[in-house]
Amino acid sequence: MQLDSKIPEGPLAEKWEKHKFNVKLVNPANKRKYDVIVVGTGLAGGAAAASLAELGYNVKAFTYHDSPRRAHSIAAQGGINAAKNYQNDGDSVFRLFYDTVKGGDYRAREANVYRLAQVSVNIIDQCVAQGVPFAREYGGLLANRSFGGAQVSRTFYARGQTGQQLLLGAYSALSRQIAYGKVKMYTRSEMLDVVIIDGQARGIVTRNLVTGEVETHSAHAVVLATGGYGNVFYLSTNAMYCNVTAAWRAHKKGAFFANPCFTQIHPTCIPVSGDYQSKLTLMSESLRNDGRVWVPKTVEMAERVRKGEIKPQDIAEDDRDYFLERKYPAFGNLVPRDVASRNAKMMCDEGRGVGSTGLAVYLDFSEIIKRTGADAVSQKYGNLFAMYEKITDEDPYKQPMRIYPAVHYTMGGLWVDYNLQTTVPGLYATGECNFSDHGANRLGASALMQGLADGYFVIPYTIGDYLAQTPPKPVNVDHPAFAEAKAGVQARTEQLLNIKGNRTPDDFHKILGHIMWEYCGMARTAEGLKYAKAEIQKLKKEFWSDVKVVGSGEEMNQALEKAGRVADFIELGELMVDDALNRNESCGGHFREEYQTPEGEALRDDENYAYVAAWEYQGENQPEKLNKEELTFENVKLTQRSYK
Amino acid sequence: MAGSNPNAKPMNLTLKVWRQPNRQAQGKIVDYQVKDISPDMSFLEMLDVLNEDLLRGGQDPVAFDHDCREGICGSCDLFINGRSHGPEKGTTTCQLHMRKFSDGDTITIEPWRASSFPVNKDLSVDRSAFDRIIQAGGYVSVNTGGAPDGNEIPIPKEISDRAFEAATCIGCGACVAACKNASAMLFVSAKVSQLALLPQGQVERKTRVENMVAQMDKEGFGACTNIGSCAAECPVGISLENIAILNREFLAAKASSNNLA
Repeated sequence: MQLDSKIPEGPLAEKWEKHKFNVKLVNPANKRKYDVIVVGTGLAGGAAAASLAELGYNVKAFTYHDSPRRAHSIAAQGGINAAKNYQNDGDSVFRLFYDTVKGGDYRAREANVYRLAQVSVNIIDQCVAQGVPFAREYGGLLANRSFGGAQVSRTFYARGQTGQQLLLGAYSALSRQIAYGKVKMYTRSEMLDVVIIDGQARGIVTRNLVTGEVETHSAHAVVLATGGYGNVFYLSTNAMYCNVTAAWRAHKKGAFFANPCFTQIHPTCIPVSGDYQSKLTLMSESLRNDGRVWVPKTVEMAERVRKGEIKPQDIAEDDRDYFLERKYPAFGNLVPRDVASRNAKMMCDEGRGVGSTGLAVYLDFSEIIKRTGADAVSQKYGNLFAMYEKITDEDPYKQPMRIYPAVHYTMGGLWVDYNLQTTVPGLYATGECNFSDHGANRLGASALMQGLADGYFVIPYTIGDYLAQTPPKPVNVDHPAFAEAKAGVQARTEQLLNIKGNRTPDDFHKILGHIMWEYCGMARTAEGLKYAKAEIQKLKKEFWSDVKVVGSGEEMNQALEKAGRVADFIELGELMVDDALNRNESCGGHFREEYQTPEGEALRDDENYAYVAAWEYQGENQPEKLNKEELTFENVKLTQRSYK
Repeated sequence: MAGSNPNAKPMNLTLKVWRQPNRQAQGKIVDYQVKDISPDMSFLEMLDVLNEDLLRGGQDPVAFDHDCREGICGSCDLFINGRSHGPEKGTTTCQLHMRKFSDGDTITIEPWRASSFPVNKDLSVDRSAFDRIIQAGGYVSVNTGGAPDGNEIPIPKEISDRAFEAATCIGCGACVAACKNASAMLFVSAKVSQLALLPQGQVERKTRVENMVAQMDKEGFGACTNIGSCAAECPVGISLENIAILNREFLAAKASSNNLA
């Protein structure tokens, strides 16, 4: 299949305006004749559902949470980028575009990223109008801060709870449409399949997580906004329920999966403390504005710290290695996430890691506390410091934080064209669940921007183009395709319940996570990836013969839910490994040890790998087919990323 | 174990857990033993251990709501030893750590108890009443597009900060569970205050408070008798002052209502 990205003709800066004029419109009186399903109610889904309902479409929105206010967008801490240039520091739409393409190590589509930068300014206006309480200066205007990978202050924030405030904004807009009857909200409903009629997405199958009832829902188009798949690693900063199931079922029904191996390992997370650990907690990247990252200069000293013989605060200035400041004087502690993570790993690999496991580096606030006082620091980061202390029982005002990289975000996802449509007509993907605009590495404060851009300002235009070409006659759930998809879902549930094996879904999930982290995590090799593939295939067989789920499908059954998600993670894991093995280069978060510069930086191969790898499902246990979308860069020059 | 207290010893605990197969069924307290619990575990990780044990033994695991485990999504909602989210002040259940308990302790775990929050199963309750209250008016009626520039209306930092404080409510329902009347006043007041303080919320200020309070009453939440346990147990520190604002807003609205119907 030839992939058509549908990028509009014309100069970069005019593409979106022109496209908006060229797309077909649905007559206002006809909009109420169209039903749109939105799956997921985080930033992308909540914003899309509300905005589409405001336009007059009938929206059916679905979430597996008990309320649309709980999606994991809520946990985003640091902020949201926008090219407002309120700080007069030289920001512009083009600079945000440029930084994002460069930060993504030149593996994103220029046209999409430029559009993202353009609509970023509208997002801030929209959120302020909704009553989102962004941080402000004493003069009453909006405040900004700088974030990793950028040299301008373009990040808008609400203390360390920006995601919460933005999500509650989208939730309020969604709630208003629910009250108007324009959105029918289905909570505690998990999407388990897409229904396709004559090659077009026409509905979904869901399971009611309270009653267990399997339901079918029809529409003229389906929008997925189901988030990322970082939990394939078992331990990540994602919420416990985050999963790939909706996207994976869509993939198996024909939607290509793009760049699955592009995962972001965030540098500043609280290190693992024990085997029982269920998730990892992020400490916002904004902390790197004021915190200094270091390890002891020598292995001997690091060993003494690990044994508890000396405390970090007793180590003399001369005996500390502020490795990011040393290696990257221009950006210092503010280098992009992939660079910061990899360097932390290098220090630990050298034997200079701290904490009793040796898998941690210090993030030290003593200098800023000395310079501005503990109160000022608390104003900025109080909630983060409190959270750190709750989890570790250590006071970061008195001793440096210990941090280590953890899986945080997935740049890969369902392949979409410029209209955010997948390879299945009528099926759209927005927010983190598409392969998105971040290339091989996402810059801080860009996820919130992308989710809201897709939901508020892109999908409302582009979906109209499709609907305008679709007859407005009702789609009926009596069509045999619905019964077939429903039967498939029920059969799978029965299968999971009938294995009656000996190991829990979590047992399998932990093993999978370990394989992924060791061989498809921060550093990858061809040899390791091949080993991982064999291990995952073995694990898949074991899962389907030995998983244990008790109870029935006709009740609230959280182990059953988990089993279904783990089964999909196992299949996704194998595809991630295939993708990482195929990409014989290093770029952004994808670091193949065979491909690095003499200084240990990622070494791209633009000649052979400046493409999006879009994988096509070929059937159970068949190798997937690779389709390539070549990336062309007309407005930025491809260079070795340098943050020195 | 990085960062853990090397002197901290694993604990053995007795759990008394509310089990209820579904909304219609009769519930009861069931006793369980958990062993070798690390003090560095979170409370929910301790329940994970229990559930893995139950599942391996062929028994139905305990259903409970949770998701982010970072104290922000508002999903987790356990009533631990008679207190919303347990003994630690300003902490959600997911951020409560076992170091706050001692070896040999007996811990009672119940769902939120309020008729407006019916039980789904075991410790999971239905909090959709909160959503319906927000749907009654907890928003500014602006459509996407056409918003003025974000800096068009300056907002004094003090006002903006106060609005933010109110806006941090995570909608967990601890306030209702802590209240002997099962009142939702703290939850409702947080949203009413946030929007009443901001210029964007002025246009619908009166109808909003009237409609939200009406919905709150309709959902069957109890009245406020100024005890203050809601604010004392709120994991994110929503202040009682918001209830005073709510009462004032409600009175002012009723005295000069925009509701013409």
